[in-house]
Amino acid sequence: MNSTTLIQFFVLMLAGLVGFQSISRIPPLLHTPLMAATNAISGISLVASLVLAGSQDGPLATVLGTIAVTCAMANVVGGFLITDRMLAMFKRADGDKMKGAVGVAAK
Amino acid sequence: MRDTLIQLAYLLAAFLFLIALRALSKPDTARRGMQLAAFGMAVGIAATLLNARIISYEWILVGSLIGAVAGYPLGKWVPMTAMPQRIAFSHALGALAATVVGVGEYFNGLSAGELGSGHVIALGFEVLLGGLTVTGSLTAFAKLQEILPGRPLTFRGQNAFNLTILAIGVASLVWLVVDPTNVVVAGVMLAVSLCVGVLLVLPIGGADMPVVVSLLNSYAGLAAVATGFAIDNNILIIVGALDGLSGFILSIAMSKAMNRSFSNVLFGAFGSAAVAETGGGSGARGEMVPISAEDAGLRMAYAQKVVVVPGYGLAVAQAQHQARELADLIEKRGGDVRFAIHPVAGRMPGHMNVLLAEAGVPYDKLVDMDDINERFAETDVVLVVGANDVVNPAAKTNPNSPIYGMPILKAAEAKSVIALKRGRGAGFSGVENALFVDPKTSMLFGDAKQSLITLGLEVKNA
Repeated sequence: MNSTTLIQFFVLMLAGLVGFQSISRIPPLLHTPLMAATNAISGISLVASLVLAGSQDGPLATVLGTIAVTCAMANVVGGFLITDRMLAMFKRADGDKMKGAVGVAAK
Repeated sequence: MRDTLIQLAYLLAAFLFLIALRALSKPDTARRGMQLAAFGMAVGIAATLLNARIISYEWILVGSLIGAVAGYPLGKWVPMTAMPQRIAFSHALGALAATVVGVGEYFNGLSAGELGSGHVIALGFEVLLGGLTVTGSLTAFAKLQEILPGRPLTFRGQNAFNLTILAIGVASLVWLVVDPTNVVVAGVMLAVSLCVGVLLVLPIGGADMPVVVSLLNSYAGLAAVATGFAIDNNILIIVGALDGLSGFILSIAMSKAMNRSFSNVLFGAFGSAAVAETGGGSGARGEMVPISAEDAGLRMAYAQKVVVVPGYGLAVAQAQHQARELADLIEKRGGDVRFAIHPVAGRMPGHMNVLLAEAGVPYDKLVDMDDINERFAETDVVLVVGANDVVNPAAKTNPNSPIYGMPILKAAEAKSVIALKRGRGAGFSGVENALFVDPKTSMLFGDAKQSLITLGLEVKNA
């Protein structure tokens, strides 16, 4: 095993530990947005597909790369949009009350 | 120099992704966090375009445009009730990207004559996990969208057959490591992984989909990790690890909430088994006591503390808005209304929260199972809407019940219960519900949406 691979295992382990810590703290309230968010973020596989699509390693590589770019980009665009749409729906009750109070004051 | 710049950009992107995940622990910060993540994504993509291996940009542009055009409706137009299949479809897209990149890199390595065994192991895992996630997710999508029947599809010797196929896949991976240039074996491995995906999900019933969708999330993440190893890219390893872990944590949480072990979900074909088990006299005894909408409305209007238990039936009836309106009316009279959310109330983790938030229920009224269970004893009225197994006390009291041991909402501890139900039949899993025949429970039969509207009118007039 060469040193690059070894470093990669370190990266994997540390990312795993930090990820576990962060994800365990996410309440069930936000589990659906979490799944949508990880979907969006996983679109970072674009870093691989962009290179494949643009490196002109023959028609097969270009076709496969273009398919990959399409899929990953759809996830990025769709994923971030839908996560934002969902998170915008989560509102606090006192926020509403404040709105109500302003409404009363205006009258 | 250019490479260093690209790597620094990836470092920034990875940092922002982690910040976004931290921010997701609170609804107040979550949205801003995800905007940072989107910025990180843009930085990562822009940096990649500087990569020296990229010579031409036409096909990148074509792919990006099609992807963006396809992604927009996936983000903006898909209704919240369709979230589970939407997410399953996204898993399929992400895994397909990983799989074709794996295949492409394999052929690149093949023609350049530089396929080392380490490289092939990573590519092999990428294609194997990616392939089964693609077809598995598409099967889950078809089931959730009801293109395929939601019930478990089984045949004799299924588990043995599946394991054999999976073994062939792993064997071809090992073969490839020894003999990296054998294209036939590589093809067999891809074909096998595509078959395994379908076979893995077919026997799993509709109610178990939350586990499966989470699990596929995890596989998609692992495929991304493998891609990272294959092309020496740290950000893919990091993101893949986050994705994989998040899927894994969620599927464990879902399994626990359904009282099932992981292997039981994957190999158990629950739906058919449970119906067979409940035929005997282990079910609940007693009569359901019906109540008129007028009486039910009065009771709710004068209650101090009300807890609504929404189940999947509420979402099926599209009655989230009516539930919120009823809650508003009770609160206007001075009552306190909370929604008790069981982890598997929807078709995917957290689904019910999103549906109710969409209907305008403030998120501090949406209470997780553990927190709300302490409050039931002092609750005047529990209103069960389209939920069944998740409030069945048999899970605590009857060791013969197939749902015995499942964590439930302790609605039975409340002072009184009103259950909205379409008819007198058993629930989704075919299990009789002891709560519905409890003397303090009154049944309001009829369509959930219509019942909620009537209840609202009664509360208003009370």
